[in-house]
Amino acid sequence: MTNKVLILVGTKKGAFVLESDAARKSWELRGPYCETWPMNHVIADPATGTILAGGGSEWFGPAVWKSDDLGTTWTHSSAGLAYPEGETPIKAVWSLAKSGASLYAGVDPAGLFRSDDGGETWSHLGGLRNHPSRPHWNPGGAGLILHSLLPHPEDDKRLWVGISAAGVFHTADGGETWETRNRGTRADFMPEDQRYPEFGQCVHCLVMAPGMPDRLYQQNHCGMYRSDDGGRQWTSIEAGLPSSFGFPAAAHPRDPSTLYLLPLNGDSAGRYVPDGKAAVWRTRDGGETWEDLRDGLPQGNTYFGVLRQAMATDRLEPAGVYFGTSTGSLYASADEGDSWTCVAQHLPTVLSVETMVVEA
Amino acid sequence: MAEDPASRPVVVKLPAALVRLFPEATRQVEIPASVATVGDAIDALDRRWPGMRDRICDTTPCIRRHMNVFVRGERSDLETRLEPGDEMVVLTAISGG
Repeated sequence: MTNKVLILVGTKKGAFVLESDAARKSWELRGPYCETWPMNHVIADPATGTILAGGGSEWFGPAVWKSDDLGTTWTHSSAGLAYPEGETPIKAVWSLAKSGASLYAGVDPAGLFRSDDGGETWSHLGGLRNHPSRPHWNPGGAGLILHSLLPHPEDDKRLWVGISAAGVFHTADGGETWETRNRGTRADFMPEDQRYPEFGQCVHCLVMAPGMPDRLYQQNHCGMYRSDDGGRQWTSIEAGLPSSFGFPAAAHPRDPSTLYLLPLNGDSAGRYVPDGKAAVWRTRDGGETWEDLRDGLPQGNTYFGVLRQAMATDRLEPAGVYFGTSTGSLYASADEGDSWTCVAQHLPTVLSVETMVVEA
Repeated sequence: MAEDPASRPVVVKLPAALVRLFPEATRQVEIPASVATVGDAIDALDRRWPGMRDRICDTTPCIRRHMNVFVRGERSDLETRLEPGDEMVVLTAISGG
């Protein structure tokens, strides 16, 4: 039986937790946590109930914070979260993912680390930075960040990562060797005859379809895409959407053909919701068709954006959908996106949203 | 018997925002005079409160861009020599947004 539902919010000034019961009608906000450090990604380990928060302080550098009591008390560590002396130091942790007993962290500048002791100590998986494309990786607007981490749910040697702006990479050997997985995704910012390179695409967010690990969805700087073969080939699914630009994507907890996006008005048009009206866009057929979900969302004079890790679903039935804005508002839907409620406002800029369902 | 000046400890002062990250830490700590440099003193802090070095220094290795360490009133680096009785002041620099 579901006891409570938590929304885990990473912001520019600390982590926050919102808590509700299974009805998800009223929410109680707690925080700020993590000494108000910028927290790029706050996740839950559903097996243990541990909350993990990855970020970096301008003063004190990168760290992964951890709470075993749903946010009341925290510890932090960056032991081993380091490149060799002389290399550009790690600025911040950008993404976290649990895979079996291991925890992965993606960092800025882009690289991948693994912890086998719950985030106390970290080891660099150097294979990614040894990829021949590495000298040619260029940073996106937020830096050279490894922001998307998708472990295969059944094969702990397989993992996909998304790097801005290097593209999607896949390993089948636990991180020793990597392959680019960008065929079919555009790089509109390149000269006309170089817009489908092997790597260098500006992937914004990568998510996996539930129960279909080789079905991936991607929101890119230049389009929205689906792959049904683990990223070897991507197909555009942007027809029917109001723009080709956005940051977040959120998969449904059970239906591999349902996806949520939040398109923005374009990379040089302010990066707001289109026409000053907020909408989440949902597909139920893998991106063939889209519907805009607006009930309860502001429909005028609205100039927020939603960042790449700031939208999520929960695993309840019907699924909850959540997103946080650049202006510090948090919206929640308890009916798969059909209707929305603002559950927090005046937070710092929201950088990430994840959920945890706690059983009684 | 008069105190031997060569044995006077280095006094390290730490900023509140750093001390809050380490529950056992204190704002002021004495480090044995045997430490030769600022880097050695930070290593001594790290032995006392594991992880503190990473909060003050990056892996270049350098003092972090938005941290400052002052010795004898001068901004210092990891190689700055320490003398017995020195005061080493760690400060958070202007940063943020």
